[in-house]
Amino acid sequence: MPRIKVPRKSTAIDMTAMCDVAFLLLTFFILTAKPKVEDPVAVDMPKSATEQTLPESGVAILTVGKGKVFFTIDGPENRKQTLLQMGTKYNIGFTPSEVKQFQNLDNVGVPIQQLKQYLAMDSEQRKAVVTGGKGIPTDSVSNELYNWVHEARVVEKNLTNKELLFSIKGDSNEEYPTMQRIIAILQKQKVNKFSLITTLRGK
Amino acid sequence: MAELDTSGGGGKKGGKVRSKKQSTRVDLTAMVDLAFLLVTFFMLTTTLNKPKAMDLAMPDKDDKNTQEPIAASRTMTVLLGSGNKLEWFVGEPGKTPPTVGDYSKGDKGIRKVLIDQSQRVKSTTGKTMFVIVKPSEKSVYKNVVDVLDELHITDNMAFAIVDISPVEIDLLKRDNLF
Repeated sequence: MPRIKVPRKSTAIDMTAMCDVAFLLLTFFILTAKPKVEDPVAVDMPKSATEQTLPESGVAILTVGKGKVFFTIDGPENRKQTLLQMGTKYNIGFTPSEVKQFQNLDNVGVPIQQLKQYLAMDSEQRKAVVTGGKGIPTDSVSNELYNWVHEARVVEKNLTNKELLFSIKGDSNEEYPTMQRIIAILQKQKVNKFSLITTLRGK
Repeated sequence: MAELDTSGGGGKKGGKVRSKKQSTRVDLTAMVDLAFLLVTFFMLTTTLNKPKAMDLAMPDKDDKNTQEPIAASRTMTVLLGSGNKLEWFVGEPGKTPPTVGDYSKGDKGIRKVLIDQSQRVKSTTGKTMFVIVKPSEKSVYKNVVDVLDELHITDNMAFAIVDISPVEIDLLKRDNLF
C-alpha cells in the first residue's frame, strides 16, 4: 500500500506580530511610568498595613527629615500661581525665566528670601544648599511654611475648585516635636484632615 | 529554533551557477522574550510602588461644640515614650497606675492590649473604647504611625492624638521613658 506522505511543516512560528505587541506594551509602560522624585533628605518611611493609595493629583506633600521641611506642589500651573502669590506676599518679583525654573523644581526647601539665588543655581550647587540649609522655616515669626500651605490651598481652590489634600512624608526616626509643629501649622488653617505616607508591610 | 531553508538549492540545469538565495526571516524569539521580560518588569514596578497613605483626622482645636464628654472608664490613654516604649492606662491619669508596653506583637505589645481592653470595655459598658494617643517629645514619628496602624488593625476607630500633659510626662519620667 502506498503511504500518504504527511508533508513536514517548519516548526518556526512567525514572531513578528508577537514582537510588535510586546514592544507596543513596553513603550506604553515606559511612557506611563513616572520618574521617581528624589527626596531632598533621606526619608525612611514608616511601615504600616494601610492599603489605601495616595491620589495621583491634588495632593501637596510635606517631606520631613532631619528636622527640615520641604514642600512639594503638584502640577506646573499650581506651582506658578503659588510662587507668584508668595512673591506678592513677600515683595519679591520673579522673572518669567525664574518662574519656569520653579515649575521644574520638585520641592521647595529654602527660605523665600534665598529662593531667587537658589533658582539661578545649577543642580550641584542646589544640592549643597539643600544639605547645608534648614529647609522651609517653620517658626511663627516668618510664618513661611504657613504661607506656602495657605497660598497653595488658595491656588488649588481657584484652579480646580477643590480642597487641596495634604500628605506628610516623614522619616521614621524624626522626633515628634517636628511633626507636632507641622501639624500645628496645618491645624492653624483648619486643615484637620491629612494623610501620612507609609510603605506597605504585612499585618 | 532552526529555520528550514525552503528557498531551494539552485537548479542543476543550464550549468549556470546561481548564488544561493538567503532567507530574509529573522528569528525574533529572543527579542520577544526580552520585550516581555521588560513589559513584566515595568508593569510590576509601576503598580506596586504606589505610596500608601494613612488618613488621619485631628480633633478640631477651635470647635468646642462637638466635644462630648466620654466616661473615663472607657477611655484608654497611650503615652509614647523614648526608646520605642510606651505606657498605657485606662481612666484618668494618676488614678490608675500605667503599664509599660512596646510596639511588638507579643504579650506586652500594644496590639494585644488594645484587643483585650476594647473587649473588656465593650463587655462592661456596652460601648466602644476611646483611645487617646499622647506622643511625648522623646518619641519618634515611627511610634505614632505604629500606634495608628495598630488602632486600624484592631479596628478601634475612635481615637485622637492629643498633646501630652505635665502629669503624664511625670508618669513617663518615673519609668525612665522620658
